[in-house]
Amino acid sequence: MNYHWNWHIYWEASPDGPTYIHTLLVGLGWTLATALAAWVLALLLGSLLGVMRTTPSKWAVRIGNAYVELFRNIPLLVQMFLWFFVLPEVVPRALGAAIKQMPPPWGSYVPAVLCLGFFTAARVAEQVRAGIQALPRGQNMAGTALGLTLPQTYRFVLLPMAYRIILPPLTSEFMNIIKNSSVALTIGLVELTAAARSMQEFSFQVFEAFTAATLIYLLVNVVVVLGMRVVESRVSVPGFIGRVKIEVAGH
Amino acid sequence: MLGQFDFNVIERSIGYLFREGMTFTLTLTVLAISGGIVFGTLLAMMRLSAFKPLSAFAGAYVNLMRSVPLVLVIFWFYFLVPYIGAWIVRSPQPVQVGAFYSSVVTFTLFEAAYYCEIMRAGIQSVSRGQAAAAYALGFNYWQTMAKIVLPQAFRNMLPILLTQSIILFQDTSLVYVLSITDFLGAASKVAQRDGRLVEMYTFAALVYFIICFVGSHLVKRLQRRIAIVR
Repeated sequence: MNYHWNWHIYWEASPDGPTYIHTLLVGLGWTLATALAAWVLALLLGSLLGVMRTTPSKWAVRIGNAYVELFRNIPLLVQMFLWFFVLPEVVPRALGAAIKQMPPPWGSYVPAVLCLGFFTAARVAEQVRAGIQALPRGQNMAGTALGLTLPQTYRFVLLPMAYRIILPPLTSEFMNIIKNSSVALTIGLVELTAAARSMQEFSFQVFEAFTAATLIYLLVNVVVVLGMRVVESRVSVPGFIGRVKIEVAGH
Repeated sequence: MLGQFDFNVIERSIGYLFREGMTFTLTLTVLAISGGIVFGTLLAMMRLSAFKPLSAFAGAYVNLMRSVPLVLVIFWFYFLVPYIGAWIVRSPQPVQVGAFYSSVVTFTLFEAAYYCEIMRAGIQSVSRGQAAAAYALGFNYWQTMAKIVLPQAFRNMLPILLTQSIILFQDTSLVYVLSITDFLGAASKVAQRDGRLVEMYTFAALVYFIICFVGSHLVKRLQRRIAIVR
């Protein structure tokens, strides 16, 4: 192979930071910041939508279904462009100007977080709905028999158990959001994949750059899986083996 | 608010968008689906085999492909395929592989990992008695797989395979990072040339939405029709 390997490249000086390893770690920081902020948004919005899709109100169900259909049938990259390019043009002029004047990292960061949050909320809504529907119908009826209102039934009876059931699928959604944050490189956010690409462009050491990025993603995955295992063991209810087989494809 | 938008640009460029962009997207999707299902099925069989090194390799491959973002894999193969080509044809220089062929290789190998998991669930959903009966009749492993197990596995998993294919169709839009003219790339080129970002990106989103929405509804109808009552 006619390629010049140089594994010391990580510790050599880079044009945009002290060393290349520093550039990669800053990129990792942006990846995690984007993923965590978007995850919080996705959990809140997705739980709300998932609950809406299981209420007796037909309109709540229709709104929830429409949201999920809309955000699952448009590719993530197209959604990213809509948030970044189209949103400032269709909102009132003052707000649009304010959005366009956001300084560089935030000008890409905020649309990326919003896009990833709304996209993943659709998937979280699917999981939450499946989790609630996996519970026996008697839980709902018992709540009514005890005199709980519908919000109270959700809060004290249904949601605690539903979340424990869907912890494994939620873990894989969290790993998906970390991977999907790489799409933000198209709107100028210098996250890990973009940092690896910039390292490749400045140093011409293609495979070293991408190997480092791959290893970092694998490491983050391992940390997430181990962390979720700890969370699962701490919140598990003894004797309740709820496993929902959600047959969803894809990533 | 909608006054300054010129939706005529869509009408003027629709031929280009569909002739160049959509044909590329559909070609890439079809090639990746067929290659991905073939490799995915092979990987699933490897993963379920009793030969430990084979199943370990398949497991490691699938876990690796599922842990890294597709954008990173696209870049990996864009740079790696010329070197692999050079190794295959024994050339001293990296072989000139265009962006199209490297993206076909990328999507085939990436989606094979996802199709592998689906086919593995499919193969495991066929009852053991089927394979036992086949061996009792004197079939060898390949005959059992080809004539008994895989046809049933495919039928069981057809809706999920189709859903994964719709997701693959959406993911082909990521070849944008290689500046390839797929449907989104074509819309983007027209948008940047004419300065009509809002109109073109909204149109692209609408087209993707219609195709995927119709596709997923057809899959739901198919699922209801071929559901096997056990």
